[in-house]
Amino acid sequence: MSDKDTIEAASATPDLAQPYKELGLTDDEYARIRDILGRRPTAAELALYSVMFSEHCSYKSSKVHLRNLAPTPEQSENLLAGIGANAGVVDIGQGYAVTFKIESHNHPSYVEPHQGAATGIGGIVRDILAMGARPVAVMDALRFGPADARDTARVLPGVVSGISFYGNCLGLPNIGGELAFDACYAGNPLVNALCVGILRHDELQEAVAKGAGNKVVLFGSRTGPDGVGGASVLASATFSDDGGKSAKRPSVQVGDPFMEKILIECCLELFKAGLIEGIQDLGAAGVACATTELSAGGDGGMRVTLDDVPLRDPNLDPAGILMSESQERMMAVVRPSNLDAFSRICAKWDVEAIVIGEVTDDETLTMTWRGGTVVQIPPRTAADGPVYDRPLRRPGYLDALRADTTDSLPRADTGQRQRETLLAMLGSPELADKSWVTQQYDHIVRGNTVLAMPEDGGLIRVDESTGLGIALATDGNGRYCRLDPYQGTLLALSEAYRNVAMTGARPAAVTNCLNFGSPEDPEVMWQLAESVRGLADGCKELGIPVTGGNVSLYNQTGANAIHPTPVIGVLGVHDDVRRRVAAGFGTGGAQIVLLGTTRPEFGGSAWAHLLHGHLGGEPPAPDLAAERSLASLVEAAAAVGLLASAHDLSDGGLGVALAESCLRGGRGCAVRLSGDTFTELFSESAARALISVAPGREAEFAALAESHGVPARTLGSTGGDACVVDGLFEIPLDELRSAWTTPLPALFG
Amino acid sequence: MRIGVVTFPGSLDDSDAARAVRYAGAEPVPLWHADRDLNGVDAVILPGGFSYGDYLRCGAIARFSPVMQELVPAARSGLPVLGICNGFQILCEAHLLPGALTRNARLRFIHTDVRLTVENAGTAWTGGYAAGQELTVPLKSGEGAYAADEATLDELERAGRVVVRYAASAPNGSARDIAGICSEDGNVVGLMPHPEHAIDSLTGPSADGLGFFTSVVNRFAGAAK
Repeated sequence: MSDKDTIEAASATPDLAQPYKELGLTDDEYARIRDILGRRPTAAELALYSVMFSEHCSYKSSKVHLRNLAPTPEQSENLLAGIGANAGVVDIGQGYAVTFKIESHNHPSYVEPHQGAATGIGGIVRDILAMGARPVAVMDALRFGPADARDTARVLPGVVSGISFYGNCLGLPNIGGELAFDACYAGNPLVNALCVGILRHDELQEAVAKGAGNKVVLFGSRTGPDGVGGASVLASATFSDDGGKSAKRPSVQVGDPFMEKILIECCLELFKAGLIEGIQDLGAAGVACATTELSAGGDGGMRVTLDDVPLRDPNLDPAGILMSESQERMMAVVRPSNLDAFSRICAKWDVEAIVIGEVTDDETLTMTWRGGTVVQIPPRTAADGPVYDRPLRRPGYLDALRADTTDSLPRADTGQRQRETLLAMLGSPELADKSWVTQQYDHIVRGNTVLAMPEDGGLIRVDESTGLGIALATDGNGRYCRLDPYQGTLLALSEAYRNVAMTGARPAAVTNCLNFGSPEDPEVMWQLAESVRGLADGCKELGIPVTGGNVSLYNQTGANAIHPTPVIGVLGVHDDVRRRVAAGFGTGGAQIVLLGTTRPEFGGSAWAHLLHGHLGGEPPAPDLAAERSLASLVEAAAAVGLLASAHDLSDGGLGVALAESCLRGGRGCAVRLSGDTFTELFSESAARALISVAPGREAEFAALAESHGVPARTLGSTGGDACVVDGLFEIPLDELRSAWTTPLPALFG
Repeated sequence: MRIGVVTFPGSLDDSDAARAVRYAGAEPVPLWHADRDLNGVDAVILPGGFSYGDYLRCGAIARFSPVMQELVPAARSGLPVLGICNGFQILCEAHLLPGALTRNARLRFIHTDVRLTVENAGTAWTGGYAAGQELTVPLKSGEGAYAADEATLDELERAGRVVVRYAASAPNGSARDIAGICSEDGNVVGLMPHPEHAIDSLTGPSADGLGFFTSVVNRFAGAAK
């Protein structure tokens, strides 16, 4: 049917049955398309609308909630471009701007872990490139089923090798991220990739097709039959219980990082030469999305000759060409007078560039193929998509879950038992050393990496002469969000904010990847709405904007949805990376100080999860005012060299933080706790950090902490070759290290 | 002194090599793979990366690039050449150095800091070190296991052409823990670890790698006197 299904044919056969349901469209959506066009859509138009109306591209279920994230004027002070662009752009001073975004590639990574994860990196990197920025680093936030589950042994090594293969070959340092395990991700792993890029203010590019007569150029890889329907039938649907993943394998794209590397260099040279009027990357929904969004954002329409799209497979029909998600492609709008120069630069990089159309002044997107018109639509009707205000319902499980507190769980009450508890936690895959993963990533290429995992935040130098830099961290906690998605999201935001602050940077902007189950389940929609409300409130209170993000729904197999898992990325500005602070006890004889207030808060904690398999009660109480004070204290202290180390307290509390600072610095400590030592060691109260003070500067630091209103308690000092907690236990570093480094290699080889 | 840094499509550590040249007090000169022109430089660095994607054997395509047609005879006539990581692979493919680089023993990409022992402090690129000196530099590669037949390995050892060796056992399974080797006259050096990523303690594990670049600069200055 698709062979030359022209608009004339569509008008002549109005009652022809069309496979809109197979393409993921509902009855109402199909009726809406017929309504827009005043006729049935052609096969090509149906394909185009089906991908543009997919959850993945249209945000149709989340849009009504995401509006709450629009930054206030105070939050937008340093924004050059915000939500709506491919990625938000933040002014970091000295003429530099930064753009960053996190995106999911969850569904493809489950079906085909290596390529799914690889193309996740590729896609987010092109988003950043399309803003006019040079991509300078990536991060990956990964969540899998139980570490010892059979399928995790398939998915995790595949995902890591995909990220390693693509990112390393692309020449982008991978500076951090997360690795978490929980049974709720067993059939729905989360693979979220973040990219950050740097540009000068005047290099910002726009995704618009303006100026009638300007040429539309498709450049990069050829278009093939891979990833057809990736955005619609794959990423916008749940997996069935019957293990139907093989049927979805053709919907996963195949990546070529070498092509992407030369595409990056080629684009940057084109930007520098001023040869581009507008540019859009091709990701989800491929040519369909790029042409509709470019023309919807412009001042007219666009006429495209689909016969001119260079193909890897000559059998592709218009629908296939429009829906293909072949990787490593970009679309640019170029003045006719610049076309020769444009082609010369592409030829220098051996990048194929073909004019496939031009900008028109008729506000219509028209596509022809083999002499017939196969698409003729108002582009905004596809780009804007439907908006659903789906029903919400507070989950029925919540009251019982919150009533099931951690009070009844047995607690280690002697020094010996607390020692065993700490070693058990450090020796769990969740809290163990992640080198098995991170050793497969290049984190130093480009030569500007100042801090990378396992540090709290990644830190990249932007300017060699002034030391200006940017810090980044991502955090999420599905358990907290399962207990309370509003508070849980505030806690994820708090942790990422705190992690960035620990490097000595000033938090400046937020990106987010909202991973949830099916929006068709009112309880999941309630989780999403609460989470977004938390993110909006939190960012307002912290005074920083959300600059963009991504929503991934349908992370669900049958009736089993994942824990609500918003992953929050925070960007910070570092005035001088030479004054960075690391997490390890790097100096002997330094005073160790605990910052913040510890309360008995164990709901959703690593201790309850790892030692008792328990999830219940309330998550710790977020305290954003305290987070702000803590962050500004660390920034101020780092700026004048008062800190020998700084490490945030999160999963596993003070016990785990002490052990990590010892192991990373290769130096022991001797500390004394007070009050209830179990709470001291394992509570996960927010807004806390463990720092060590540069020797001789103790009084100065104490005064600074007091002036910032941050509670500071001296615990002891660094030194020796054991982690000693006075009166409770002593663990030699060798024993600590062996517990910490064993789990992942034991599981994954 | 002017030191050329070749950019192949897929080169990744070219800007890092150029920075190291600058830190060593010389002028980095960009050289393009498609130009049969060395631009009159006094030495050349082949940087790390994945030239042409390395979808064939690493370095197997780069070896045939136009710039290499100039570089190979120049190197045979004494031009100092340093190949780092992918550059080392290219030098082997071009037969400027013997042997080959094969997949790591555990078949995974490895990024880790390694300790190296300088075994030959007489080459163009290691003259500033002392024999036996230990260096800490990063290693990051997937195909970094050095391999050669026993006779070649024996000959390399006999002639002192093992330039740097992994101080602990090689994490990638390199024959005889070899990390880097040189040509007979010592002007061409190739190694898998990345000295250009160890030029200051802010962005690297140490500044130990800077010696490769200052060595060639000092030799050039000495020769000019």
